[in-house]
Amino acid sequence: MDEILEILEKDGRASVEDIAKMIRKSPDTVKKTIKKYEKEGAILKYKAVINKDLIRDSESSEVRALIEVNIVPQKDLGFDKIAERIYSFPEVTSCYLISGTYDLLVVVEGKNLHTVSNFVAEKLSCLEHVRGTATHFLLKKYKEDGVILKHKQQNQRIAISY
Amino acid sequence: MKISKVVEKMQPSGIRAFFDLVLGMKDVISLGVGEPDFVTPWQIREAGIYSLEQGFTSYTSNKGLYKLRLGIHRYLKNKFGLDYCPDEEILITVGVSEGLDLLMRAIINPGDKILVPQPSYVSYGPITELAGGIPVYIDTSKDGFKITPKLLRKYIDKKTKGIVLNYPTNPTGVSYRRKELEEINKILVSNKVLCISDEVYGDLTYDFNHVAFPTLPKAKNNTIYFNGFSKAYAMTGWRVGFACGPKEIIAAMTKIHQYTIMCVSITSQMAAAEALVSGKKQVEEMKREYKRRREFVISELNSLGLKCQRPQGAFYAFPSVKSTGLSSMEFSRQLLEEEKVAVVPGTAFGTNLDGYIRISYASSLDNLKEALSRIKKFLDKRK
Ligand SMILES: Cc1ncc(COP(=O)(O)O)c(C=O)c1O
Repeated sequence: MDEILEILEKDGRASVEDIAKMIRKSPDTVKKTIKKYEKEGAILKYKAVINKDLIRDSESSEVRALIEVNIVPQKDLGFDKIAERIYSFPEVTSCYLISGTYDLLVVVEGKNLHTVSNFVAEKLSCLEHVRGTATHFLLKKYKEDGVILKHKQQNQRIAISY
Repeated sequence: MKISKVVEKMQPSGIRAFFDLVLGMKDVISLGVGEPDFVTPWQIREAGIYSLEQGFTSYTSNKGLYKLRLGIHRYLKNKFGLDYCPDEEILITVGVSEGLDLLMRAIINPGDKILVPQPSYVSYGPITELAGGIPVYIDTSKDGFKITPKLLRKYIDKKTKGIVLNYPTNPTGVSYRRKELEEINKILVSNKVLCISDEVYGDLTYDFNHVAFPTLPKAKNNTIYFNGFSKAYAMTGWRVGFACGPKEIIAAMTKIHQYTIMCVSITSQMAAAEALVSGKKQVEEMKREYKRRREFVISELNSLGLKCQRPQGAFYAFPSVKSTGLSSMEFSRQLLEEEKVAVVPGTAFGTNLDGYIRISYASSLDNLKEALSRIKKFLDKRK
């Protein structure tokens, strides 16, 4: 992977100037390359990773469920089409095709247990090609997208050494 | 109680007071650290924990766990095509530090000289003296901080037993290409001067492949190769290193090691063995990160007017602060007191190094940025 992408994947806020210094290219080249990636869709968006457990207002509290979905295979209608019907719901934050007993893994977020179970009962399960679902509510998040959510103790190095 | 004469006259590091000052101060951003800012990769730590769970709490053989020696044998074979026999030519030591000390004691007779090109890591001279030898310091500051054939020829005499080469070098980050090493090696071999090669930063070489000294023509029999897990694997606290060389020398070192140390902690040896099996990718990742920081730091330092050679390895930059008119110590002290940024005065690493400081980029990019902006402020005030 291009080093620019590697840097941005770790720190979406890394500035063009800093990246240029780090990889010994001109800021202009870096800027152009990033623009190219954005245009191609290789870079989709930049966002902050927020630990919502630390945000104490009621609005940002959320419930998340992982839902395994079984699909009746349909002629002329591949998994992709059915998946599209499912992931187009705004409640769905992630959607994957998986191997094993189930076909799709769908991640759903809602304000509370009710909103999520309503979504499953009234929207997801009723879809024409959905044969069955198994819903797993998330109880605690430890690590997400490579980020550990617990505050880590710093490496205790002595401040000066040879 | 009288202290031994050798110890009494050992340089009380002039830098100690400055170090104490740093250690006593709060909220310092330190670019003065000689070890990685990364924590040891998890699977390596886990291997240590697992070995404890399994009840591995005993001594190991004096030479070290066979499994680890075999791992080192394979690492050297794959990486450099070097063939060291795990039974007779490899010794596991408490870091490179112990290995170097063992070697000095194993080879030095009273009055033997050991050449130490400076700037250099701080232990070489004192361990030579403790072993009854005479360290002969070579000033390389006029030669781009590199030992040259010319300097070598000037300093080698009948009493010269060995030379400590350390590349990539702490504190300058300087390293050598094969051709340069070949020239050095020729002189060492023809004068029967042992090469004491401290290659603990070898895996952290950025612009070209590191050349292990014993791979040079006729060098293997005239070299003790030192390496360890501290730097590349971020394992400083585990204290594991190794020495490889001709079996007579390794046997002599093992003799001392068995009486003084017995063996390296088994937990650490188990973890180190795991590091060799599964840590390569993480070493590469850390290396890439250091490399980016290097580019950033060098570019910033030069633009601040602190002229700096491009380090080729390790995680140090060694800029000149002569443009400020301050001595190394004045610069470091004032920077610490005014801006709370710690660096190591160049004078810590040898004579004739006044006007230099060592900056370690084993620190997060955010830290480096903040520290450099403080250094800028510090310099602007003096314009
Ligand atoms: C050049 C050099 N050699 C040896 C050492 C000691 O390493 P170890 O942790 O393996 O004893 C260091 C540590 O800073 C070093 O910089």
